Amino acid sequence: MSDRTAETAAKTETGNSAAIAAAFADGPAYVPYLAVGDPDYESSLEYVRALDRGGADVIELGLPFSEPIAEGPTIQGALVRSLDAGMTPDRFFAFAEELDVEAPLVCMTYYNLIYQYGSGGAGSASDASGGPRPFVERAAAAGIEGLVVPDLPAEEADPLREACDEFGLDLVFIVAPTTVGDRLDRIMGRVSGYVYVQARLGTTGARDDVSDQTTESLDRLAEYDVPKAVGFGISAGEHAERIVAGGADGIIVGSALVDIVAEGVEDGLSTAEVADRLESLSRELKEGAERGYAARVGAAESR
Amino acid sequence: MSETESSTSEVGELSRRPGRERGREDGKFGRYGGQYVPEALMPAIEELTDAYERYVLENEDGFMDEFRERLADFGGRPIPLQRADRLSERYDTEVYLKREDLLHGGAHKLNNALGQVLLAKYMGKERIIAETGAGQHGTATAMAAAHLDMPCEIYMGERDINRQRPNVFRMKLNGAEVNPVTAGRGTLKEAISETMRDWATTVENTHYVIGSIVGPHPFPVMVRDFQAVISEEARAQTIEKKGALPTDVVACAGGGSNTMGSFAAFVDDEAVALHAVEAGGSTLEVDEEAGVAPNSASLYTGEEGVLHGARTKLLQDSDGQIMESHSISSGLDYAGVGPELAYLVDEGRVNPVAVDDDAALEGFHRLSRTEGVIPALETAHAFGFLEEHHEELGDRVVVNVSGRGDKDLDAAIEETDKRDIDEAPDMSMFTGGI
Repeated sequence: MSDRTAETAAKTETGNSAAIAAAFADGPAYVPYLAVGDPDYESSLEYVRALDRGGADVIELGLPFSEPIAEGPTIQGALVRSLDAGMTPDRFFAFAEELDVEAPLVCMTYYNLIYQYGSGGAGSASDASGGPRPFVERAAAAGIEGLVVPDLPAEEADPLREACDEFGLDLVFIVAPTTVGDRLDRIMGRVSGYVYVQARLGTTGARDDVSDQTTESLDRLAEYDVPKAVGFGISAGEHAERIVAGGADGIIVGSALVDIVAEGVEDGLSTAEVADRLESLSRELKEGAERGYAARVGAAESR
Repeated sequence: MSETESSTSEVGELSRRPGRERGREDGKFGRYGGQYVPEALMPAIEELTDAYERYVLENEDGFMDEFRERLADFGGRPIPLQRADRLSERYDTEVYLKREDLLHGGAHKLNNALGQVLLAKYMGKERIIAETGAGQHGTATAMAAAHLDMPCEIYMGERDINRQRPNVFRMKLNGAEVNPVTAGRGTLKEAISETMRDWATTVENTHYVIGSIVGPHPFPVMVRDFQAVISEEARAQTIEKKGALPTDVVACAGGGSNTMGSFAAFVDDEAVALHAVEAGGSTLEVDEEAGVAPNSASLYTGEEGVLHGARTKLLQDSDGQIMESHSISSGLDYAGVGPELAYLVDEGRVNPVAVDDDAALEGFHRLSRTEGVIPALETAHAFGFLEEHHEELGDRVVVNVSGRGDKDLDAAIEETDKRDIDEAPDMSMFTGGI
């Protein structure tokens, strides 16, 4: 931490990455997710660019793990397609380097891939050198500004937290509707960049309604300064509007976008057609979020 | 061995000796263990940890008394330790069989399933879910849930459903719903992931009865404590019959619940050698390109990583992707292993050995023909070990017969027909099923 260069010393009030802080600074952040390499490397590059054109403020890139226990069927399907097409951590980093998008990039993956990276398969019990540092160092070099690790609880996160601080990355944690009391404090003591507010129990997946659990979660988090991005189940502009009007600083959308990619695969659509659909849903979500923000600011000013 | 005498009086008591304290405090076994789960599950496992400490460790509301009573009346414990006369002669050592195949349901699995379903009841949960590989844990959970009047759903890989149809039928007879899992290769690993996903949605009213000493804390210690009755009995029975501890304890190892159950009471008896026999499958060579390890020998060949909530030894590629495992026995077919076993192997306390499909199948026939006991194909690996390593063993060997082989008859016929095995009967008339 002591030898951080001027470039990476952009530590903000709420995290390490200036770009992520800026994404939440004025107006609501639209944070889309796609699995990198779904259904193949080249199409996936086009799809992520489409999210950027559609107004993404931060982009979450999924690095597929073979046992994604927090994902519902939609994202599981995407991760399988990506793995089948040959995605690996090194190809993921090459992808991030090749991307020429405005929005800061956050990598979402599972802890075993982070833990094994750079161990060259020698992460045996006799070798205690395994750990998250090589992954984070490589991610930083590839231009990744943050990490989300759904199977890493705050209790086990200190080595990763230290590595993220060393290389100037944010570490985003997920807060569930069931997260209260000491657990909430423990997580909020380690989170940076933004907190991922899980809108309802269960695994990822697009839903038609928005849960009451969201409002309760946002109320519980009100005292913490870090931006709150709500995810799980958001699939349309009006959801985005309602959630942001209800106090969210951002919305995270995964399954609804992954569904478009899956449909493209099933129906044999061209890459350009799928990219157009992704861009258009992105605009709808971003506009919904902005309407919700305007309503909230308007209500506050008229008070 | 100075404790030999005093320990005979502890039959059936939950052991308080130091080895059993391991992991109870923080779920850590050296570098292994932990709680690597999605945040939505953390409150559930904290609630479960609290219930484990109160009901299992403190016997609050007489939980352990009721558990032991039901294990006796419903399960049929205590289970005999039987001298295997022909094997003793063959290997010129005293071979004893711990007959867990005689437990209700035909395998050791009920010890854990009954404990957890009863615990769920004490916790006020209204629904039981579980994963199953071979179907033994699923059937044990289904019968425990029927016995205790709890609704029950079992997740089972589609491939395993096809390999283990009689067990699917048994679960349904006991009133359980069986949900096929089609992800991946459709075996135990995928079934565990899918059950965790269900739990993440239903934690408030549902208890997940995990089937082995795997998963996040407190599952590894809790399942070990429920299964420890195997070694508590075996230890006392050996002393009673021979006036001494065994020299060796042998158990097959997949996830490791019968293994740790067989070892728990002996871990502090340093003179007793503990052998964990893993499935060597067709070969120990891995196919990194295809992501396949044609074996399930995670203790013997695996590397440290994080899977299904715990840091442990895993079959994985150099990127950290989990490999598809393989074994002739679906109950051992798992890419991970309990964190406590990983720790005991690193400490040199447990000796990991791999026995391949061929040797296991020969063991299956040898025990069936010479002792009149048809073992599960999982258990048969322990008898393959005996044949290959008997010269390295001492003069009192206890082998845990973790389950009976009735469920495996179709697989045994098919696999026997492919090979030339001295002790096997001619199976050709049965190929295609019985």
